[in-house]
Amino acid sequence: MSLEELQKIAAAAKVKAESYEHHVHVCMAASCQSCGAADIKTQLTETVKENGAEADIWVKGVGCMGLCSAGPLVRVESPADESEYLYQKVGTEDVSELYASIDGNPVERMRCQTEIPFFARQQKIVLENSGRIDPEQIDDYIAEGGYTSLVRALTGMSPQEVLREVSDSGLRGRGGGGYPAGLKWATVARSPAPVKYVICNADEGDPGAFMDRAVLESDPHRILEGMALAAYAVGAEYGYIYIRAEYPLAVERLKKAIRQATRHGFLGRQICETPFSFEIEIRLGAGAFVCGEETALISSIEGQRGQPSPRPPYPADEGLWDCPTLINNVETLANVPAIVREGGEWFQSIGTEKSTGTKVFALAGRIAHTGLIEVPMGITLREIIEEIGGGIPEGRKFKAVQTGGPSGGCLPEENLDMPVEYDTLRAAGSIMGSGGMIVMDETSSMVDVARYFMDFCMTESCGKCVPCRAGTFQMHGLLTKIARGEATAADLQLLEELCDVVRDTSLCGLGQTAPNPVVSTLRYFRHEYEEKLKTDSTDLEIVAS
Amino acid sequence: MPRYPAPPNAPAKVRVVTLRIDGQDIGAREDESVLDVAAEHDIRIPTLCYLDGLSTWGGCRMCMVEIAGSPKLLPACSTQVAEGMEITTNSDKLKNYRRMILELLFAERNHVCSVCVSNGHCDLQDLAVECGMDFVRVPYRNAPYEIDSSHDLFRVDHNRCVLCTRCVRVCDEIEGAHTWDIMGRGVECQVITDLNTPWGESDSCTGCGKCVQVCPTGALVKKGTAAGEMEKRDDFLPYLTQMRGNR
Repeated sequence: MSLEELQKIAAAAKVKAESYEHHVHVCMAASCQSCGAADIKTQLTETVKENGAEADIWVKGVGCMGLCSAGPLVRVESPADESEYLYQKVGTEDVSELYASIDGNPVERMRCQTEIPFFARQQKIVLENSGRIDPEQIDDYIAEGGYTSLVRALTGMSPQEVLREVSDSGLRGRGGGGYPAGLKWATVARSPAPVKYVICNADEGDPGAFMDRAVLESDPHRILEGMALAAYAVGAEYGYIYIRAEYPLAVERLKKAIRQATRHGFLGRQICETPFSFEIEIRLGAGAFVCGEETALISSIEGQRGQPSPRPPYPADEGLWDCPTLINNVETLANVPAIVREGGEWFQSIGTEKSTGTKVFALAGRIAHTGLIEVPMGITLREIIEEIGGGIPEGRKFKAVQTGGPSGGCLPEENLDMPVEYDTLRAAGSIMGSGGMIVMDETSSMVDVARYFMDFCMTESCGKCVPCRAGTFQMHGLLTKIARGEATAADLQLLEELCDVVRDTSLCGLGQTAPNPVVSTLRYFRHEYEEKLKTDSTDLEIVAS
Repeated sequence: MPRYPAPPNAPAKVRVVTLRIDGQDIGAREDESVLDVAAEHDIRIPTLCYLDGLSTWGGCRMCMVEIAGSPKLLPACSTQVAEGMEITTNSDKLKNYRRMILELLFAERNHVCSVCVSNGHCDLQDLAVECGMDFVRVPYRNAPYEIDSSHDLFRVDHNRCVLCTRCVRVCDEIEGAHTWDIMGRGVECQVITDLNTPWGESDSCTGCGKCVQVCPTGALVKKGTAAGEMEKRDDFLPYLTQMRGNR
């Protein structure tokens, strides 16, 4: 595959698209499918066929459009008069009306305003093709400029140049830790080992987070291209996508994408007639949260029990089957094709100095617009929640926002004007995490929130190290006691001590960050804990002594 | 799937580094762990899951030490020494943490010393004495655990298990049978024989008893022992591994 051939495919796809007067895009991501998007697409296709309009109207299944709370979403585009209408909460009974409107006036009752900040304030890199292309058609991806980065890199750039672009971009790991991707890549690239691996970590497990799922379902080729570029830069010939089995649609689309990419010669032996070869295999996770931790993920791929092991040695030095291994999160790899295409400097100009680029967040909880957003780093939490998210519904008052899942923390109103960056969030007691953002209003009890996340960590602990295995169990017990109003001040003190022990002595990230929800709620909402404490005379004596 | 070839036998020259443990200046080989170096110089760091002769597990977290310049505590068993390291093994913080870890262990299962066959010869008990853990502040879990006496010679009492995986490792690495493994997650973890069949019905168990000898508590014991009678011998291990290494 050469650049000319690629452009030929893209041109052919464009000609095909332009031959249609109207494009009807039906969201076929998991969220909209769960509300019946597949039926809507089938019915629309049939209606078009019945009316003999196949040559004019193109009904296409696309990826996530973002506003998941308003699904199923359908977008009607007419390139001729440049009109574009987005319809929300479409049902099968609306199909005939929708069809009739394609040539006439839009159906106002189902229309979703696209000028609202939810759409207008976003800046898309990772999700640039999401909701626009058919994830099951490689030609669609190529038409949007897909695989040009890979072909350009293979035919015109050295691995070092690709690596330099990524280093210059300042891209940091989007899985939670925020480790500079360039440094990680350089470590693997430096190793003289003959066999190296690239792993895409798609074991997304934070409650309320669905960023990676959306990317995989909406634009699977992007991940393959990102992985191939990473493999070229570090000198790997074999890659794995470790994805949780709870994402069957994403798995199916990835499999299809790998088949298509191999057939087109973007994967396999001697890609683009160069000596570079790269193959990708999918491995399914069996539902353990801890397998998102890189050493546990590697054990799981090797066929062992999914348990973390002490680092160092880091996977970049000794990873899968003791070979140097590059592990990156889905979103990190999804940024790579754009970085190679536009250059590291371009990426660096987006966001802030220490946190470059954009970040995808999954908005959930007590917020008007639930869904997927991509915003430049450095945006404030207030802008995300009040403008993009549309604020708290039913006139309730904002109380806290939880970022970073079970490893993150809850931030109160006073932190809302803080820019969203790796370091500021950490300083405030939370973390960027993989991108889950759960908004809570005044009706939420912070003790319950902490207890919920502790319950999650307790059941997801692998059981290898004592502080995480037994410590989270005890912390959960103490939080339950506090929530029931049966705890004393001594219990609260013990809880705080346990937080320190579990954080400082646990083996892996799961245990080390498990106390975060408790610590952050204690920091900002301590009164809620204290209000629930029992205060009879005997307890006061214990505290005094 | 290609495998990265194993590195050739240990390089001829290993650098010697100097470091400081608890204020004592020490020279050590670069490829040694903090725990080994400390033991060589009679500096005691409490351990539970670690056993000389077996692979390092790093699960009990008793051997956590402070290293100047590192924001995190590090386990001595799986941290290699480096030039200029300054290590503290017994600060008040570490002592507190060790005590709390022991409390967590005692509360996790039913460690009732007075009726235990290993009473007086138990690593967990010794650690509690050494670390001054005389009281458990966290509530006991009081979960019911079964005792499997189906084996002709040995017995497994899950009430006393601390999940150190010494039995799993010795069976896999030394005996080569891999009869033992772990099932479940979190506090629900349990050591099992074969695919959770009774020990006596295990096809893979050779009955060698190494697991019993390395078990730090009264979880794996010889049958026919009464309270306090079960003494264990794990000193055969380093010789065994050394002899095999020399072959």
